[in-house]
Amino acid sequence: MADFDVPELKEYPVIPILQEDVMAHSKPYVAKEEFQQQLSFPGELVENWEQVAVKELGDLTKKYRSLKVFLDSCVKCGACTDKCHYFLGSADPKNMPVARQDLLRKVYRRYYTFAGKYFPKLVGAVDMTKDVLDEWYSYFHQCSQCRRCSVFCPYGIDTAEISMAAREIMDKVGVGQKYCNEIIGKVFKIGNNLGLPEAALADTLEGIEEDIEDETGVAVKLPLDVKGADILLVTPSADFFAEPHVDGLIGYAKVFHEAGANWTISSYASEAANFGMFIGSYENMREVALRVRKAALDLGVKRIIFGECGHAWRVAYSFLNTLAGPFDFLDPNYPVPQHILEYTHDLLEKGKLNIDKSLNDDKVLTFHDSCNIARGSRMGDKPGGQFTIPRDVIKAVCNNFYDMQQDTIHDSTFCCGGGGGLLTDDLMEIRVKGAEPRMSAVKNVVEEHGVTHMAAICAICKTQFSKVFPYYGFTMDQVISVHQLVGDALMLSGQKSDDEEVEDEAA
Amino acid sequence: MPIEVNGKTLETDEEGYLANLNEWEPDVATVMAKEDDLELTDEHWDIINFLREYYEEFQIAPAVRVLTKAVGKRMGKDKGNSKYLYSLFPYGPGKQACKYAGLPKPTGCV
Repeated sequence: MADFDVPELKEYPVIPILQEDVMAHSKPYVAKEEFQQQLSFPGELVENWEQVAVKELGDLTKKYRSLKVFLDSCVKCGACTDKCHYFLGSADPKNMPVARQDLLRKVYRRYYTFAGKYFPKLVGAVDMTKDVLDEWYSYFHQCSQCRRCSVFCPYGIDTAEISMAAREIMDKVGVGQKYCNEIIGKVFKIGNNLGLPEAALADTLEGIEEDIEDETGVAVKLPLDVKGADILLVTPSADFFAEPHVDGLIGYAKVFHEAGANWTISSYASEAANFGMFIGSYENMREVALRVRKAALDLGVKRIIFGECGHAWRVAYSFLNTLAGPFDFLDPNYPVPQHILEYTHDLLEKGKLNIDKSLNDDKVLTFHDSCNIARGSRMGDKPGGQFTIPRDVIKAVCNNFYDMQQDTIHDSTFCCGGGGGLLTDDLMEIRVKGAEPRMSAVKNVVEEHGVTHMAAICAICKTQFSKVFPYYGFTMDQVISVHQLVGDALMLSGQKSDDEEVEDEAA
Repeated sequence: MPIEVNGKTLETDEEGYLANLNEWEPDVATVMAKEDDLELTDEHWDIINFLREYYEEFQIAPAVRVLTKAVGKRMGKDKGNSKYLYSLFPYGPGKQACKYAGLPKPTGCV
């Protein structure tokens, strides 16, 4: 099914024998003029692009001190080299995090360090050329900004920030990535990544309400644009559109229903994802984030809750207040913003949800920590809450749960392979290869514990796994939303169990 | 890569989706399917026609669940699921069927 070699699965991560430039051909489609201009970037490669790129790099090192520190401090110790899933899966040495960083660092050295200015060859400094730019375009789109390498770097160098900076520079000289930039444009125009207009969203939500009522006999609502609601739910638009995402949305709706919450979705901010982060563009990230603020103000809500989306939660948890705050108009008794898992976890702890765990007995679960949640944010009020809360929720609604190997979970989690703006068909080869370390860990728990499903809390992870699972001998429906598990085990007030229905029919 | 349909040359984007939605005609689907080594049956056409009707009304492809439900209603409950749709459109109903129907590709985390 693939026109490239799918890596073999392994019992534990193995450093591959290097294959130089084996992924040099991998490049996503370049954004057309119209997609670039929606984001205020030049439509094509600008004339004096070398100078523009070098100046932009210098500006970024002044704007972000972290970037300058990361570019200056690497001592080439090698701790990161075998930590990247794209390197492990592709064997291309340029996918070693240090090598990826050096693509940018060598230009930085040439123009912004004493040694690089006067003795470039001695310090591996190079001029900004078209070859360098092409190499950036290829290899900075083979980084999912997952930050696993930074966990193992003794200096904490974050390749994600370097890759974001590189993408920002490329956008500024007119070479943007189609996938991310087209999508951000849709958010500005329509309100979400999909381009799902209000009428279609309303129709889709109505259909879901019918389905829930058909199945449970209970009228669970998915309200849209309700002024004066207490809670605004901001969730990835994939939750409205794709499988298995939509079953997670049904789970949130059931939880809100049982809690008696007065909640709403907004058609204006019908997207939790914020691809502005992937392209390293503060301005675009801010503009997307401001939509959430505007929706919250317009609807007059007291709380904002984010649905299952990895990088959305990083932006929400880590940056929302400075991007779009202050949120002093929200109820200070609740976290601003809150994660849907925190909300559900709290209800479960207080015993407010009637759960029948046996309804998930047909499954044996494992859990995939999403990078941006594991390494870029937190949940709850205790350190490590982002690891314990999702697992506590799963264990509260399922009897069978097994974690994957220790070095592949929590803050050592392996990316799904599709994060950071790589979830596009034109990058399928690197997506499949980059999934290998996670797939190997899944295979091990499948063999050891009979795991049947992997639960995830990110729209990108869910789509990526449903696409790459079949390459590795699994099926696309083996990935599942955590809130689907919640929804399936939650007995709604007034809902009849299957046994009762049978009795009714007999009578 | 442009495609040739009934003597006309139609522009497509990098991924083979029709650049101009108004240029669609049934033979566009037939030509695209031929490139994928797929023969279009009545079952395929039911899906393609539904997609076009839905797009006409809502300016977007239907969500997977909306599509499976509609198919279930029209063609029997046993067919109202993704498995059936994937058996018709192995590259995914959302993307492959949309392409044949002349709709833009769904974007985002899907």
